[in-house]
Amino acid sequence: MNVLTQIQQFFSDPNTLWVLSGTILLGVSSGVIGSFAFLRKRGLMGDVLAHAALPGICLAFMLTGSKNPLFFLIGATVTGILASMAINTITRFSRIKEDTSLALVLSVFFGVGIVFLTQIQHTNYGNQSGLDKFLFGQSASLVGDDVWVMGGVAIALLLFSLLLFKEFKLLCFDPGFGRSLGFPVGLLDLILMLMLVLAVVIGLQAAGVVLMAALIITPAAAARYWTERLDIMLVLSAFLGGLSGALGTLFSATTANLPTGPLIVVAATMIFLISLVFSPRRGLLSKAIRLAATRKQMARERVLQFLYENREQGYFDPLNTEMILWKYPMSRRRLKSALASLTKDGWIQVEQKGGSFFIRGTGEGWVQAYETVLRTRMTEVWMMHENEIGGNIREEGSTTGEIPPDLFEPLWNLLVKHGREPKWNPKSDSIAGEGGNVP
Amino acid sequence: MSMGLTIIITGALVAASCGFLGCFLILRRMAMLGDAISHAVLPGIVIAFLMSGSRDSLPMLLGAAALGLLCTFFIQSLRSQGVQSDAAISVTFTALFAIGVILVSLYTRQVDLDLDCVLYGEIAYVPWDTLYLFGNNIGPKAIWGVGTAFILSFLVVGLFFKEFKIVSFDPQMAAALGIPVLLIHYLLMGLVSITTVASFESVGAILVVAMLTVPSATAYLLTDRLETMLAISVGVGILSSLFGYWLSLIFNASIAGSMTVAAGIFFILAFLFSPLHGVVTRWLIRRKMRAATDQP
Repeated sequence: MNVLTQIQQFFSDPNTLWVLSGTILLGVSSGVIGSFAFLRKRGLMGDVLAHAALPGICLAFMLTGSKNPLFFLIGATVTGILASMAINTITRFSRIKEDTSLALVLSVFFGVGIVFLTQIQHTNYGNQSGLDKFLFGQSASLVGDDVWVMGGVAIALLLFSLLLFKEFKLLCFDPGFGRSLGFPVGLLDLILMLMLVLAVVIGLQAAGVVLMAALIITPAAAARYWTERLDIMLVLSAFLGGLSGALGTLFSATTANLPTGPLIVVAATMIFLISLVFSPRRGLLSKAIRLAATRKQMARERVLQFLYENREQGYFDPLNTEMILWKYPMSRRRLKSALASLTKDGWIQVEQKGGSFFIRGTGEGWVQAYETVLRTRMTEVWMMHENEIGGNIREEGSTTGEIPPDLFEPLWNLLVKHGREPKWNPKSDSIAGEGGNVP
Repeated sequence: MSMGLTIIITGALVAASCGFLGCFLILRRMAMLGDAISHAVLPGIVIAFLMSGSRDSLPMLLGAAALGLLCTFFIQSLRSQGVQSDAAISVTFTALFAIGVILVSLYTRQVDLDLDCVLYGEIAYVPWDTLYLFGNNIGPKAIWGVGTAFILSFLVVGLFFKEFKIVSFDPQMAAALGIPVLLIHYLLMGLVSITTVASFESVGAILVVAMLTVPSATAYLLTDRLETMLAISVGVGILSSLFGYWLSLIFNASIAGSMTVAAGIFFILAFLFSPLHGVVTRWLIRRKMRAATDQP
């Protein structure tokens, strides 16, 4: 109730609406540009460009003497482009690696910026206060003019990435191929850098130097978890960026009077962590579930294999479960759960005799054990003779590793050649004859 | 001790200890970690400040060093989960920094902690912040702090020099030889955290990040031997602090900023004129060779 009225109050205030639309626009545009930067493995460029904007902003102020956001934008863009060119030059013409040249350019440009900043302070330009807001950012100070500039640049950036979508896609995934097709890869890279510079610069006033780096990379890194397609990733990243902007602004306005920029970053980081854990294919949780399922399947197969191999060698009595552990070491807990699930399927029966457990196969269980052993051994000979038979038995999506029908006969013949064919077929309940007796 | 000398000595000590460790960072391609650590320690400083309730350096130093290590641990875990390395670094340090800023703005109304002052210490104030032992003035606190950090990293790296060397150049081979690569990694990160924290309290984050990268990158262009590289890096760092102080006097500008600019100038010189890898040098050699082949 209390929060609701606060939100109502919030929406009736035109000033905070400006701030909200500013932060959402910022999140959307940096989410889109950040995706390209992320895929180009240039995630840290956001950080570097944000730092490199400082000398530009100071220079713009020294030259014009005004605090017009447009002049700041131009100044910061110029030094941002200079910084990205410096990074390219250093990595191309010396043996310095990319990460070192990033850190180098970042610190030197920022150092120059600090020198300019102290110059401004010493020479008494008058209303120089507010320049240092660019270091930490202050969304609350956003006014209509700023939002118009931000909005204009953001929409231009979005339009450009829509227009150049195909080219940027090529640039991100296979620049060498792009070059061979005759695309001006160097020019495209420069355009992408310019767009990244603009996306960073329009955010500086709202989010500050450090936090702008987060807005570039975090939504893109989060979006990457949910999809394998670039177009979906862009939309998702834009959405997540906008969402972080909105959440941070709402939270900062409705609860304690906390700064907006850091809250936006915390919101974006939360979204990233949620994606890291819960995304359907690459998330930690689904990876853990898949791993557990595979391990369980493995344990079940080993129990069946063990049962079958003993029967094949003419040993008919129920088997002590300790012997399975001796042949196939695994944790007792895993063996127990495999036995329980096999019993539930009706494939084995477990009896207790004097503190030990003994298992025997059922009718259905023997058939399944035969299939499992046949599959395992066929996979073995396929791996030995992969070059001769060709084909692929580990198709995408088949977790059980079914043998394709056209490979069955050559593989059976190879099994016979190696003397590894399953000797006892529970379906016919007889020992398989030498060759030819293909079930 | 005169004021200028104190500042120069502090700057030189910071430059020496950062330049020393920076060599290993750039060889391991982790140059951006210095920047990441220097931002990520903010929540540690604030928490230590809130818990101890004083602006005493030692708790802040410990809190910051802990957060620095935590930051590298987070980065390493994200990387091992398959997050690409640049994203792992950015996400971690920006999140920690944001938490730090939120903590500062939550509690600054009750306590007196200034963000600019904590994060962007000013080297010009170093001479006035002195340490007392048994009532005697034993010199500026910064020199003691940074000096201790320098001696510590010198000792640790000296003891395990062979291990550090092989881990920097060929981690796979190091692992195959049975060297605990991860332990060496965290040892290096711990030293970087301590040095970063000890330095930037007195000289500001920007000088630390610059000194971690720029002198060692300069040295990397000038030699192919690790021992020589370490020596050159420390030397270039000290020269930058001298030259930077002189620049700051001429232009009446920020001392830390000027020292950074000085280091940048040294790098550009090495980039152009290094006898081994300089752009101009290689161009001259190529021209001479072309002339030799054109006129037999």
